[in-house]
Amino acid sequence: MTRAAVLLVVLVALLALLPWFVGAYALSVATLILYFAYTGQAWNVMMGFAGQLSLGHSLYVGVGAYVAGGIFFHWGIGPWAGLWLAIALCVLLGLVIGFLAFRFGISGVYFALLTIAFAEFTRIGFDHLGWTGGPGGMFLKVAQRDTWDIASFRGPPLMYYYSMLALAAGAFAVCHLLLRSKAGYYWQAIRENEDAAQALGINTFRWKMLAVAISAGMTAIAGVFFAFYYNNLFPEQIFNISRSIEIILGPIIGGLGTLFGPILGAAVLTLLSDGITELLIHFGWEIPGIKQVFYGVVLLAVVMFLPHGIWPALARRLRV
Amino acid sequence: MPAELVANVVIAGVLTGLVYGLMALGLSVIFGVVRVVNFAHGEMMTIAMYATTMLFAAHKVDPFVAVLPVAALFFVFGYALQKGFINPFITRPEHSQFMLLVAVAIIMVNALLMIFGPDARNVQVDYQLESFEIGKILIDKARLYAAGAAVLTAAALFVFFKKTLTGKAIRACADNYLGAKVVGLNVKHLYALTFGLGSICVAVAGCAMVLLVDVTPGLGPYYTLLAFVIVIVGGLGSMGGALLGGVLIGVSEALAGLFIVPSAKSMFSFGLLILVLLLRPQGLLGKKQT
Repeated sequence: MTRAAVLLVVLVALLALLPWFVGAYALSVATLILYFAYTGQAWNVMMGFAGQLSLGHSLYVGVGAYVAGGIFFHWGIGPWAGLWLAIALCVLLGLVIGFLAFRFGISGVYFALLTIAFAEFTRIGFDHLGWTGGPGGMFLKVAQRDTWDIASFRGPPLMYYYSMLALAAGAFAVCHLLLRSKAGYYWQAIRENEDAAQALGINTFRWKMLAVAISAGMTAIAGVFFAFYYNNLFPEQIFNISRSIEIILGPIIGGLGTLFGPILGAAVLTLLSDGITELLIHFGWEIPGIKQVFYGVVLLAVVMFLPHGIWPALARRLRV
Repeated sequence: MPAELVANVVIAGVLTGLVYGLMALGLSVIFGVVRVVNFAHGEMMTIAMYATTMLFAAHKVDPFVAVLPVAALFFVFGYALQKGFINPFITRPEHSQFMLLVAVAIIMVNALLMIFGPDARNVQVDYQLESFEIGKILIDKARLYAAGAAVLTAAALFVFFKKTLTGKAIRACADNYLGAKVVGLNVKHLYALTFGLGSICVAVAGCAMVLLVDVTPGLGPYYTLLAFVIVIVGGLGSMGGALLGGVLIGVSEALAGLFIVPSAKSMFSFGLLILVLLLRPQGLLGKKQT
């Protein structure tokens, strides 16, 4: 086994045993880290692998959450059916956006702005739809927290923790396979030089579409999780551009295009955010906004001094 | 619906749109030359708006007087931001530049929140309640002055880029980075100068906008998105396009507010953006990308 594989097995084992050693609060933080590791991994397929910058991934989280949450709320249809519907719809949505953008030759900054536009358009649209509850939000019936009811995805926080761990581990495995598949090599060729890739006979349109579809479908699953974990959905929150930015911070800070980057980035950013909160409470500096200012400063420092992210620098040290 | 009402709303939309246009012009000029998308643009706009409210609250300075010190300060700030932070990022990939400016934007919004709190602030001057009457048409004085300031600033910038040697040098950097270096232009200085000029646009737009809306820290991201929409619709890097885009968005917002619901107004802006990106990705007045 390589060092990376050993590291991974140890990491998963530690995370599986974590609930025996920590309390409820730490478990919720760990769930959040895994959530961002998962969504970061999904976004990384599009940007890190295929080089297509999406700044609108909140679209897929939101649509996934509202589809699964909505049919549960209105018609009592459980999350397992909703999951497939959410994935199908988000893949379709991703394909439509991808088709429009790639057919018309939109790339780089323009593509990024197009993804923001679709997310914002949907946010405002959902604010004015009766079915979604509009700006007042949609509230799923709060779960009983005693038993694991996997069929309707209701249960104690521990259940959500383990499902998120399974999702994050699954996403890692999928991305590992993708990166070493034909698609993965084509994507990397497109990312490095699209014209050259095309000259080699790669149908760049088709492979970029595949990246968008996989990324959107994976993100939709996170949306379904979001709906049943938090139980309340507001368009203003779920589609907000700052949600999209949250998703992409992890992989960029951790290391774009790497497999460990999104996980490391999610952990660093979530712990940083919580650490700053604790520290500020400790010193009694509880002014609104001060936490985010510190967060911004750290972000600025990382971007300036570690341009390729934390993982590549760390990987050299660990020799993995 | 009476025709005068529609006419009044359209005129108000055009005038507000010119102020939007000036804000977007700053973004467009910076992108056109430096090729960096300023994701902290709207946040800078709110800082200018707060600076104006502060000068007004402390010394009853009229926003059109406050614009001078605020613009000067913004020029220095913009120059320093480009020189200190963005210049080292010019050769880095787009997502890296994006992260840098997102971090700057996060710091700006929350620093405003720390200092001023979440409550809305405004200025109150006499001419905000007055209007010119032409037949049945009413034109708000404050809105007209704001639009006038925007047009004047845009015109001055246009003359600067067309007539002065420095302006021509900046355009040379935009056209051919390597060529500009070869003929011995100090590209980094000119980039910083451009960012400073873009910041002046934002400062003037901010001072004018305070007369029209109340300012909160949360407005920043909204204006950033608005500026993106406008420059893409008008043509990223085109000066006339930014003003045209601003007017289009101003009118579409005003009409959406009149005929549908005010809260849905930006849906039309984003709808317009999607259409323009698909049908004419270089924008209405933009040059074809090569």
